[in-house]
Amino acid sequence: MRIVVAMSGGVDSSVAAALLAEQGHDVIGVSMQLYDQGQTTATGQKAFGTCCTIDDLYDARRVAATIGIPHYIVNFESQFGEHVVSNFVREYVSGRTPIPCSHCNSELKFAELLDRATAYDADQLATGHYARIEQDASGRYHLFRGADNTKDQTYFLFSLTQQQLARAAFPVGHLDKDTVRAHAHRLQLRVASKPDSQEICFVPDGDYAAFVERQAPEALRAGTVVDGGGKVLGTHGGVHRFTIGQRKGLGLSSREPLYVLEIKPDAAQVVVGPKEALGRAALTASTVNWVSGAAPADWLRISAQIRHRHAAAPARVRANDEGRAELEFDAPQTAVTPGQAVVFYDGDEVLGGGWID
Amino acid sequence: MLRSRFVAMRIYLDHNATTPLDPLVAERMVEALREVWGNASSVHHFGQQAKAALDEARGAVAGLLGADASEIVFTCGGTESDNIAIRGAAEALEASGRRHLITSAIEHEAVLSTMTALARRGARVTILPADASGILAPDRLREALTDDTALVSVMHANNEIGTVQPIAELAAIAHERGALFHTDAVQSAGKLPLDVRGLGVDLLSIAGHKFYGPKGTGALWLRRGVRLIPPMTGGRQERNRRAGTENVPALVGLGVAADVANRKLAREAGRLGALRDRLEAGILAAVPGSERNGAAAPRVPNTTNLSIDGVESESLLIGLDLAGIAVSSGSACSSGTLEPSHVLKAMGLSHGRTLGSIRFSLGTSNTDADIDHVIAVLPPLVAKLRSLTTVGGRK
Repeated sequence: MRIVVAMSGGVDSSVAAALLAEQGHDVIGVSMQLYDQGQTTATGQKAFGTCCTIDDLYDARRVAATIGIPHYIVNFESQFGEHVVSNFVREYVSGRTPIPCSHCNSELKFAELLDRATAYDADQLATGHYARIEQDASGRYHLFRGADNTKDQTYFLFSLTQQQLARAAFPVGHLDKDTVRAHAHRLQLRVASKPDSQEICFVPDGDYAAFVERQAPEALRAGTVVDGGGKVLGTHGGVHRFTIGQRKGLGLSSREPLYVLEIKPDAAQVVVGPKEALGRAALTASTVNWVSGAAPADWLRISAQIRHRHAAAPARVRANDEGRAELEFDAPQTAVTPGQAVVFYDGDEVLGGGWID
Repeated sequence: MLRSRFVAMRIYLDHNATTPLDPLVAERMVEALREVWGNASSVHHFGQQAKAALDEARGAVAGLLGADASEIVFTCGGTESDNIAIRGAAEALEASGRRHLITSAIEHEAVLSTMTALARRGARVTILPADASGILAPDRLREALTDDTALVSVMHANNEIGTVQPIAELAAIAHERGALFHTDAVQSAGKLPLDVRGLGVDLLSIAGHKFYGPKGTGALWLRRGVRLIPPMTGGRQERNRRAGTENVPALVGLGVAADVANRKLAREAGRLGALRDRLEAGILAAVPGSERNGAAAPRVPNTTNLSIDGVESESLLIGLDLAGIAVSSGSACSSGTLEPSHVLKAMGLSHGRTLGSIRFSLGTSNTDADIDHVIAVLPPLVAKLRSLTTVGGRK
């Protein structure tokens, strides 16, 4: 089978490609060039970050040569800007906390790149994600968490549809990280000991606020920090600098710790309060994807995950009109954050998910 | 090693990017690598042996250009030859007050970047515009020349579209105003007969790897009496024009390549021209929304540059490579980015047309069967790319 592997230069996608090649498939390594490495801002700062830098592309190319597969670089700068970066900036300016990786997966990798794979006569597109796909007797595809639950990445893959899953492959999803690194060492891949990238690929220093300010200087709209009653406690330099549940950087002094409870972008207000006020037992979500292709008829018992590092909590969910859903947790969850994803699980299986309103 | 078991047959159609070594070139180079290793500047036997090999190579290169061996400076390639010519002449003429340089918008980066560098150091640079034909109008040069023009640099044949500039006419115009004329003949050497006297130029660059010689070799021809201040300083090799101990085996290769090219030039020109014409006509007929970029003539016989509506060249290149067909878009030096070719842009072609362009450049290995295969493979590939809306049809 001809398979395109999305190679980031990291150990997971490298081993994914290597394993497929070992199995005798016709593997084509493709790296996405997502931003102009030379791009700097007016002040000379590098406008973009590290993942998929020249060094990462070099690593991918070297791995491809080591395992004996062709390697191509596809330029997705404008698509990345349009689908991922613009969305990221817009969300922050609107007081929401985005997840660019999910958009990248569903709108770039498993859309644009999948189309490229079709163009190159490949049957499938493989990535190094920790996730698993199974097909049942009726032909329907199911998405499961990766076998290594410390590395599971299904939180970022909830938007995948049946059509996308039919052509997707996750060659390392059934392995744990140590085994993946062991394969890399066995195959003498230069990336065997390369550290995982922890940050969002285009903001390597983790300073999302500064990134947003560079991209959208108009985001710098000062405003007030208020308590639940509306009393002004302080000022801030832009709502994009905050996320729900944030405690540091509020610029306030108070006897008890205060946390961001709510962001009101129109009023440029950040509402803070004590930790107890952070719990929410219900949420609604938009642009909900149901992996099976069909929304459930009625309330469904699930466990719901509202952050990448969040233990899925028992809840029930109901699909509403226009691709929306409402969800009720059994117990209040801390820091339900607009812009993040809520992903619905049945045990290890991903039933679907959406964007928290 | 790259596995090629999934690709049955490979067809190379990127000879303007580079060429494989002629077998005789490889053979002579290996001999020289093993046996002629002396420093050509040494007095003793080993030096004399090396010097003799260089002399022979120099004569062969001179023969390719209709020049005298004493007028040939060996370099490491076209880029270096261009740099020595332009920087060397510009610096030599500065003292005389001539600080104006003229070049064309369709030059190779080796010329354009050098001009930009000199502009940053205070030279005034005029860039002559091109039009959709890809051929410069001599009047443009006439208008641009001044009494303080030091040097005009216009390429003989363009690497991307293959069009040939009216060098003899341009050189004469430059001389009327006392300016020197340099031509980058990297893409015409070995494809068109070259005669430096007939062209009337003062400086001419060539590169070995474009005519089945090794990469890392080239030459600069300069007319006797032309003064240069060489940019690279060191020893006195190449009559003080290019310092550094000579890479004799590589230059032996350059000489053999020049000799072989000279001998088969006329025959190959006819053969390649026919293959190119059939390829071009075949694609234009079979792929709706395809058109040629640049004038049909005068062109080097091996090149055709086509734009295909509704697809991006990146996808075409990869799709063709997976089918075993090697071509390029833009110039080899700039692929990997989505920057439109500066040549096509300078010709005034629309953005969409520049993004969907591919260049086929034929050479010794190509046969009728190759052409047939491309004409069979390309149309269905284009159709498939066009049907994928995210791949084709981008604004």
